[in-house]
Amino acid sequence: MTQGHPQSEKFVGQPVERLEDAALLMGRGRYADDLPIRVGTLHGAILRSPHAHAEIVSIDTSEAEARPGVVAVLTGDEIKELTDPFIMVLKLPLQHWSLAVERVRFVGESVVLVVAEDRYQAEDALEYIKVEYKPLPVAVDPRDAAKEDAPLIHPAAGTNVVSVRNFNYGEPDKAFAEADHTVELTIEFPRNSQTPMEGYVVVADYLPGNNTYDVLANFQGPYTVHPVMARSLRVSGSALRIRTPQDSGGGFGVKQAIFPYVTLMSTASKIVGRPVKWVEDRLEHLSAAVAAPNRVIHLEAAVTKDGKVTAFRFDQLDDYGAYLRAPMPGPLYRPHGCLTGPYFIPNLSVTNRLVLTNKTPSGMVRGFGCPQMYFAIERVMQCIAVELDLDPLDVISRNLIPAGSFPYRSAAGAIYDSGDYPKALEIAVEEGDLKELKERRDKARAEGRLYGIGYCAVIEPGQSNMGYLSTILTAEERRKNPKGGSVSQVTVNVEPLGGVSVTADCMPQGQGQGTALAQIVADELGLKPDQIRVNLEHDTQKDAWSIASGNYSSRFVSSTAIAAHRAAQKVRAKLATIAAQSLNVSEEKVSFGGGQIFATENPDNAIKFHRAAGAAHWHPGSLPTELEAGVREIGVWAPPELDSPSDSDRINTSLTYGFKIDYCGIEIDPDTAEVRIDKYVTMHDTGKMINPLLVRGQIEGSFGWGVGIALYEEFVYAEDGSFLSGTFADYLCPTACEVPKPVILHMETPSPFTPLGAKGIGEGNCMTVPVCVANAVSDALDVRDVRVPLTPARVSAMIHGEEAAPPAGRAAPAAKAEGAGRALAGEGTTLVPAAPEEVWKTLLDAEKLAAVIPGCHRLDVVGDNDYRAEVTLGVGPVKGRFQASVRLAELDAPRSATLSGGLDGPLGSSRGSGRVRLEARDGGTEVSYTYTVEVTGKVAAVGGRMLDGATRMLVRQFFERLAAQVGGPPVHESWWTRLLRALGIGQ
Amino acid sequence: MPRLSREARHPVTIILNGKRASGYAEPRLLLVDFLRREIGATGSHVGCEHGVCGACTVRVDGKAVRSCLMYAVQADGRRVDTVEGLGDDSSDLTALQSAFRREHALQCGYCTPGVLMSISDFLERNPKPTETEIREMLSGHICRCTGYAGMVRAVLDVVSNGGAAESPKSE
Ligand code: FES
Ligand code: FES
Repeated sequence: MTQGHPQSEKFVGQPVERLEDAALLMGRGRYADDLPIRVGTLHGAILRSPHAHAEIVSIDTSEAEARPGVVAVLTGDEIKELTDPFIMVLKLPLQHWSLAVERVRFVGESVVLVVAEDRYQAEDALEYIKVEYKPLPVAVDPRDAAKEDAPLIHPAAGTNVVSVRNFNYGEPDKAFAEADHTVELTIEFPRNSQTPMEGYVVVADYLPGNNTYDVLANFQGPYTVHPVMARSLRVSGSALRIRTPQDSGGGFGVKQAIFPYVTLMSTASKIVGRPVKWVEDRLEHLSAAVAAPNRVIHLEAAVTKDGKVTAFRFDQLDDYGAYLRAPMPGPLYRPHGCLTGPYFIPNLSVTNRLVLTNKTPSGMVRGFGCPQMYFAIERVMQCIAVELDLDPLDVISRNLIPAGSFPYRSAAGAIYDSGDYPKALEIAVEEGDLKELKERRDKARAEGRLYGIGYCAVIEPGQSNMGYLSTILTAEERRKNPKGGSVSQVTVNVEPLGGVSVTADCMPQGQGQGTALAQIVADELGLKPDQIRVNLEHDTQKDAWSIASGNYSSRFVSSTAIAAHRAAQKVRAKLATIAAQSLNVSEEKVSFGGGQIFATENPDNAIKFHRAAGAAHWHPGSLPTELEAGVREIGVWAPPELDSPSDSDRINTSLTYGFKIDYCGIEIDPDTAEVRIDKYVTMHDTGKMINPLLVRGQIEGSFGWGVGIALYEEFVYAEDGSFLSGTFADYLCPTACEVPKPVILHMETPSPFTPLGAKGIGEGNCMTVPVCVANAVSDALDVRDVRVPLTPARVSAMIHGEEAAPPAGRAAPAAKAEGAGRALAGEGTTLVPAAPEEVWKTLLDAEKLAAVIPGCHRLDVVGDNDYRAEVTLGVGPVKGRFQASVRLAELDAPRSATLSGGLDGPLGSSRGSGRVRLEARDGGTEVSYTYTVEVTGKVAAVGGRMLDGATRMLVRQFFERLAAQVGGPPVHESWWTRLLRALGIGQ
Repeated sequence: MPRLSREARHPVTIILNGKRASGYAEPRLLLVDFLRREIGATGSHVGCEHGVCGACTVRVDGKAVRSCLMYAVQADGRRVDTVEGLGDDSSDLTALQSAFRREHALQCGYCTPGVLMSISDFLERNPKPTETEIREMLSGHICRCTGYAGMVRAVLDVVSNGGAAESPKSE
């Protein structure tokens, strides 16, 4: 076979276009909700808590069970009987189940599951479930929740502060005593999440023949959670088969927290004897899936007079919401080794406190604890510059770990693998043209514009040490069960005709890992990437996996990629042996390239790749005796640097440590208080790049999310724990108009700890952008207290002071009542052509009252002037059934009365009261009223912008119907008038 | 429009990417659910179901619309074009699709079908847009993966090479 020199083209390091893209661009992706389901599959819908904290007094599901299509209704009772609470990282008396048991602890918590023939029917039935709650006092702000007298989220724990740990490295007290200056700052980092565009999908099928659950879920790992699910279902790991689809519509860590739904749908499937499918909707996702923990950090720095930091002292309070779900509190401990950032700071003191609150449980979100930490560190570095009157970049540069110190052991034990930080800084300044940016700032300022420059430098950790979380235990506790390391596995298979396929323990959600694996394997075997079939559907019963498997902590390039490299090397070695035999050379003298295996010294002496592979299948007897038949090799990789924590609590939290240095110029519009990012420069040393195109994608993507954190995104809770960010119109994600084009720079310092030299790159910019922009805003406005997101309201307050309350007017939002969710108030008058006595009689007559209450289809008298009613009401696009209570009190016949009551339904709850006055006028009655209403639950989360108008309309309807009832002009409203009213136009 | 009864399933026929496609729909069934569950055209995605994210964008009689804000019965008898209809039968990618791949304008690909449908409509009406116009058009879509940089590059690329995205083949 002579084809000239089969030059072997190399693909690792090249910007290879993605193999995943063609199918996705043609709409032929295979996401979880696209896959076929078994005939007879049922669909689930979940009733969720409208209260942040309440006892569940009773649940009546009888009406729902009778609705069309409904097959089963599950409550906490069934879940408690059939499953066990989820195991946690810390052994604490906190119980967490897949449906609330006895008590709800956050708005959006799952309370009842309805299983029906289709999703529409399941959702319809939710309206017929009656849940009686007894609201409890709430703890929403982490600092309040940490107080001694705070309401307890889990009374059995006896406190909301469920873990406190102190750490000391070096001699921090001495360093502070000797310091020329102490610079300190408290920062508050908000709750947010990168909210993938595709929500959770679970299809669970219980197989009674062998007591196994077969589950399809767009889970992303880590598989430390697999035993959590299996144990909750009371089966062994092998009896819980988790299959993940080929495509997943974004993950960012968030798809880890799907696991309670796996248990829930699996249990439902066991009960109904049919598969059960559930697809999360956007409101469910925003309100109940996951949030990065909000964190309060008080950071002190001991500083010499020339700006060198000699010690940090951290006091961190991390808010985990209502439950501590595995692998929480990861975000507090994953960056532990990096608490001194990229700086040479030998002394460190840390206090870590975990607090529980009445909010959505925290979980994995891209950045995983680092954006919070770097916000504190890099804000303090800037404050040092301001206080000592130094240039902020000089403060950074004076403190950087010097070149030539690698591998470098940080104070808390991280082993920074490689780098040259001063050089990176130099490149960033030169190639990003900092000089020009400074000129731009000076010019803008000379014109009186608000312009600022911010800087920051961070270490980006990649591939977590599975032992990092045990740092939360004491050295003694750890000794019993030491943990550390990280295992990855990849299988490379060559079939009889020479086709190569790869399976792996990763579940990408868009990172293009299939392409990267194909590049790596292709290079080893002398093939092209598009000749390698990478199938990343994962199946726990058939594919290799371990607890570290999954996609998180920027682990791919130093974990699964290395396992692939090793598997491909094994295949290569085997085929080299086979080929050497037929080429008649020794195996070391064999090369691969261009689809051939050839004698290195005489490329004409070649055998086709598929022939060598075929021999192992078609004619195993011909193989050298030491070889096994077939070609299927598993590569396993477990880096030795990832050890368990030392007795002095030093822990190498990650395997690779990239370096980023960013700076930006921002301008603030003095009228709108909008922050515009004028220029953003981001410099990355991420070791060797396997595919620069994919690296750029990761940088651009985490940059976009960083802009969201900096300027727009926050899960907002009212003081009573109501969730107020339930739609993409309330939770604002940046669009193409808001995300500028960053200037991206690179240098490559290979990691010595991973054979391909690459370092994790998935998260860096969501760690840098928030604090870099905050530093720039601080510079522009000369303010010290900067909180993200830097929304116009917040920035305006920074420029002009707090906004004055709006002037009182009709139905203006009331001053917040104690513990109010969405608090609304209003007033109005109506003229009724009947005497006050007659109006009064109508109000006190149950039958007539039923006709007056809008949407009322049933009214029962439960006491003196005390009624229960069923009503159907709508706000904007949402319409639903409610249980209403109506009470009349403080009766002063026929002049005035107080009307009070509440509404409860799947859409939420509301409580309100109003005073009605009747006055004789012109032979009729002038009815005047004032009211205040508080709304929580779904309506508050999604309808915030429409609530005021809707409440006004409902109240007015009530009085107009009252007029009609006593013989006034019947209210013939056209839909058009109603629409105008709903929009607040036309009175 | 005839009165439709609430509980009943009504026959609905659309011209999907140039071919007839029929199924049944209750009046409240959303067009996107009809496409995905009745017809099996799962290329159009649901990201919010409240008209903000753009993932469900399809073209109805040529115009880009949110298929989560439209009922299937409203599309009866009309032309509906989805991402599956871009490109030709040999499954070659259009200039726009190729530019998306080249410029790494997609990661998870979940927002991509809607984005492609909007751009196709937009470029037919405005073949030489500026970068600002492109960004404004894209602002009707939320992408959580890419930071939009690749999308902007891809559209600029298509525009400057004169190869405006081919319109759906059902023309
Ligand atoms: S799903 Fe239609 S706009 Fe989001
Ligand atoms: S590519 Fe994932 S949302 Fe756009």
